[in-house]
Amino acid sequence: MDFLSPEEWTAVALSLRVAIWATLVALPLAIWVAFLLARRDFWGKQLLNGIVHLPLILPPVVTGYLLLLTFGRRAPVGAWLADTLGLVFAFRWTGAALAAGIMGFPLMVRAIRLALETVDPKLEQAAATLGAPRIWVFLTVTLPLILPGIIAGAILGFAKAMGEFGATITFVSNIPGQTQTLPSAIYAFLQVPGGEASALRLVAVSVVIAMAALIGSETLARRATKRVMGA
Amino acid sequence: MNLSVSIQHRFAGFTLDASFETPNGVTALFGSSGSGKTTLVNAIAGLLRPDQARVQIGDRLLCDSDQGLCLPPHKRRIGYVFQEGRLFPHLTVRQNLRYGSWVSGRQRDQAGETRVVDMLGIGDLLDRRPGALSGGEKQRVAIGRALLSQPLLLLMDEPLAALDEARKAEILPYLERLRDETDIPILYVSHSVAEVARLATTVVLLGKGKMLKCGPTAQVMSDPALAPAIGLREAGSVLTATVTAHHADGLTELAAAGGQVFLPRIGVPAGGTVRLRIHANDVMLSLGRPGRISALNVLPGKVTSIRSGGGPGAMVQLKAGHDQILARVTKRSATLLGLEPGSEVFAIIKSVSVAQADIGARNQSMAKSDTTT
Repeated sequence: MDFLSPEEWTAVALSLRVAIWATLVALPLAIWVAFLLARRDFWGKQLLNGIVHLPLILPPVVTGYLLLLTFGRRAPVGAWLADTLGLVFAFRWTGAALAAGIMGFPLMVRAIRLALETVDPKLEQAAATLGAPRIWVFLTVTLPLILPGIIAGAILGFAKAMGEFGATITFVSNIPGQTQTLPSAIYAFLQVPGGEASALRLVAVSVVIAMAALIGSETLARRATKRVMGA
Repeated sequence: MNLSVSIQHRFAGFTLDASFETPNGVTALFGSSGSGKTTLVNAIAGLLRPDQARVQIGDRLLCDSDQGLCLPPHKRRIGYVFQEGRLFPHLTVRQNLRYGSWVSGRQRDQAGETRVVDMLGIGDLLDRRPGALSGGEKQRVAIGRALLSQPLLLLMDEPLAALDEARKAEILPYLERLRDETDIPILYVSHSVAEVARLATTVVLLGKGKMLKCGPTAQVMSDPALAPAIGLREAGSVLTATVTAHHADGLTELAAAGGQVFLPRIGVPAGGTVRLRIHANDVMLSLGRPGRISALNVLPGKVTSIRSGGGPGAMVQLKAGHDQILARVTKRSATLLGLEPGSEVFAIIKSVSVAQADIGARNQSMAKSDTTT
């Protein structure tokens, strides 16, 4: 693309890759956690709720540093993952995705939990009397009914992942082509003389991606809501 | 298939303790609100886990606390029609109807589906979603959905309670067809005497969590001892009669066990049989055959029991033919006439006091239970 220099294009592509992976991996987990929080009573529920919300209330730099302490190359979890699965987070794009996913997680859980709380458990009971085992009840009744909430949660998570800066730069630094996402790139361009033009182009790209995602999700959510409301 | 239920459950200041066994056909679970009806059916469906329970349909044991057996709802094969329908809003009517066979991986029975759709008159609604249906239509679809899950027992928890009178009148005939055209036993929860009198083969009367009586409809409804539990204003007997002729002046002549009965025209051809509900309040008693009187129906009978409580009224039960009729009179009249068991009296019923809603088509299973009583 002529509009962007190869360097800028790399940052855009990396950001999209990071945000898409972060959203896709975090979403099923967020649905599961939201279900636990909305529907189950268990010991430590408040603790789980608190941990899920931590990234939302902590300064992002703190979250990034905690990630470094946990998933760094020499940190316990990081070393174990690298040895057993060959999965390395430190200073890789995977680390950026992890940071983005964790920062967006509470937003996804909140949106999906809200949707779950509006689903009438009586419909799920009705499904059970018709012969549906629990997992089928979830897949055929609960999941379709909370689809608008899932879409809303996914788009929030995606937007958060696209914009995530503090935790990412603390955890995986700002390596062009590896961990330099859109916000890091804009920040880097602003630090060098004559970088304003590049920064401005990336800002324009950010706005376009954000608007496209928002409009896309609203359309999908409206369609899903219409289906659920049965008009 | 027999249904045998025994459930004990205690919660927040209420104890449910009921055991009954009912034959095939429609069993009405009848009682005022708060008598434990819904708790009982939820326990039968497996939506609630009672302290102590034993539920058996035919020879299939669904739940037995003594053996530690308690099937989850989806393994019970009990169709449940809820008061509020509970259709899946994200599915079309057709998908709602097919939900049962879809989730249980059963082969879909196309012929059965066509039959149920025809019986309930929902053929035109198949591609709509529940949001676009009226209350009565929703309830018909809910009945169809439960039927097509191939249940061994159908539970209906006040399926008409959320509907207005016109909608009720629209659905009742479908329920009568359901009773007469399928052989699935039905447990029908209601607090409406009119519905019970029209539909039920057997009545289980519940009061404050206890089972008061279980027996054939005509017998339970005309038992003066149970009138307070049914409600004095609602009490009345249920008779079966055969249509003999339609007269030009708009009356239909019927033959009941106790004699001839004239009613405003009913839409059943001559030779057909109907069930009539006669309110105890609408029956007058006379010692001699009344002469010049406007009421057309005078049935001779013999008093079998008199029951009075603290109020001014007395409930008199009489036998006319093999039918039992309930009459609610004042204690004073009962004393003045010298009524006592064995007295020969005439029951006087105004033709116009029998409402159309209290006349229902009769079914074969009712006939079967009649011969056993």
